[in-house]
Amino acid sequence: MSTTQELVAPPAPSGWKRALGKARSNPTTAVGVVICLVIMAAAIFAPWLAPYDPAEQDIFNRLQPPSADFWLGTDQFGRDILSRLMWGGQISLTVSLGAIFAAAIIGGAIGLVSGYIGGKFDLFVMQVMDVLLSFPSLILGLIVVALLGPELVNLVVAIALTAIAPFARVARAPTMALKERAFVEAGRALGFSHARVLFRHILPNILSEVMVMGTLWLATAVRVEASLSFIGLGVKPPTATWGGMTRDGFENILDAPWLAVFPGIAILLLVLGLNMVGDGLRDATDPKLRNE
Amino acid sequence: MTGFVLRRLLAAVPTLIAVLTLVFIIVRIVPGDPALVILGDQATPEAIAALRTRLGLDRSLWAQYFSFITSALMGDFGVSMVTGRSITAEVAAVLPHTLDLTIASMIFGVVVGVPVGIWAALNRNGVVDVAARVLSLLGLSFPVFVSGIFLLLAFSLHWRWFPVIGGADLSDYGDRLHKLVLPTIALGLIMAAYITRVTRSAMLQSLGEDYIRTARAKGVPWRRVVWVHGLRNASIPIVTVVGLYVGILLGNSVLTEIVFNRPGLGKIIVGALNQRDYTMLQGLMVIYCFLIVVVNLITDLLYGVIDPRVKAE
Repeated sequence: MSTTQELVAPPAPSGWKRALGKARSNPTTAVGVVICLVIMAAAIFAPWLAPYDPAEQDIFNRLQPPSADFWLGTDQFGRDILSRLMWGGQISLTVSLGAIFAAAIIGGAIGLVSGYIGGKFDLFVMQVMDVLLSFPSLILGLIVVALLGPELVNLVVAIALTAIAPFARVARAPTMALKERAFVEAGRALGFSHARVLFRHILPNILSEVMVMGTLWLATAVRVEASLSFIGLGVKPPTATWGGMTRDGFENILDAPWLAVFPGIAILLLVLGLNMVGDGLRDATDPKLRNE
Repeated sequence: MTGFVLRRLLAAVPTLIAVLTLVFIIVRIVPGDPALVILGDQATPEAIAALRTRLGLDRSLWAQYFSFITSALMGDFGVSMVTGRSITAEVAAVLPHTLDLTIASMIFGVVVGVPVGIWAALNRNGVVDVAARVLSLLGLSFPVFVSGIFLLLAFSLHWRWFPVIGGADLSDYGDRLHKLVLPTIALGLIMAAYITRVTRSAMLQSLGEDYIRTARAKGVPWRRVVWVHGLRNASIPIVTVVGLYVGILLGNSVLTEIVFNRPGLGKIIVGALNQRDYTMLQGLMVIYCFLIVVVNLITDLLYGVIDPRVKAE
């Protein structure tokens, strides 16, 4: 390949594929993927798999310890914990996926445009992002949900808001480097609009970094959603949420410790699984580690 | 050094004003009239008008903004909408409990994370390294309230080594420390996990540098090479992470305080949320940001201490 071609050619897009292959061979990632898939399947197929109705109260079977009838026991209203956990997984996954998807798109676009335009505009935008970063994310989420009301959509908005700034930063740095590359200049010289250069030529090259970041932040989003529900700012009862179930269990901790333990383990497993996947993807895409 | 400190202090002022502006905007874009929210639907228009005047809501937005910024910069956050007491005083009364917890967790994180991270780096890909990687991944996946509940179940309810109720008498240091143990482990777990990971990778990088080889060639004992030459050069990323995660610690201290029933900012914030105490929320948000800005400042100053090149810039 001639030097000119090398300069004009965009970076090889095969990096993402190679990373996936590498991540697949990593045992940690594989375990993480299995954990995430099992939890997702349990949540998605809850209407068919769950042994009981998650809202069905049964006063004759209140606070039952785990048994053959109720695998994970029942709560203070006699509701089956396993069924509630499976349904509650839907809330955790919906809120976190929605929030991170929104944050990645909004934050990514901000970083992309800001890095591409550069100059004073970039400086201002990044200053705003820094201010957003100086709020502890849980406190920011807490206050936004408290002000807007504990609805599913508002939870998504609140968690997305705490994650926009990191995505903007992750998208901005490579954009600044890429815009100096010859393939961008070549695109402009061919008469492509800025929008086309940005979204057709630069965006595909930063996508892998944004996606790795997304997986890692998904774990944080699950944790924040659970924390907000634990505080009492999650989706309202009687809808089952893992954080809310932990809270209910915590209030009955002397009579029925399993009530708090099982939802806690569910949250821990999902966050752990996501962290394992994210970690593997990051190791595989990190250029510093790529040649190890 | 004084010049360096002053420059950093001045640089923090615009950030603080920006933070205050954002807090002001967030609280103002909430739908609904705060006076109506406090008094409820049954209130007479006169009562609402009177409360609006008392809260300063009848003034122009600019007037509200400037009085908010100037009094906040002087440490005055007004009075609680619900109790009518000074926000600064209410916060000052419980701040020591939250600071105790946050600082203790930070120390726990460093004391556990740094040695484990170094140990892992020295045994790269060995048993210790793999164990440290798995455990740190597990540690940073624990939501604070889950680790708190597990610790409480094991050490307070089963073994009864520690009390269930966490509010300590501030003047009794022994009691204060005893009641701090479980909350500190619960909150510090994530910190320890992050620090382990950062220390490991920073040490791996630093131990591969030429000055390490030079030091070894000169006959410097290995222990000194690792802890002095290696660690000092690895400490910038470690300090960065500690500084960054103090914010996370502060946020998560709310959950820790709920689980261990400790007094602190978390208790106040949850109370304010339940009573829709907007001025209190506004004040608390600012105080949290103040604390974070202060931590960032200390981090910056530490960079100067660790790396003389930073100060010279």
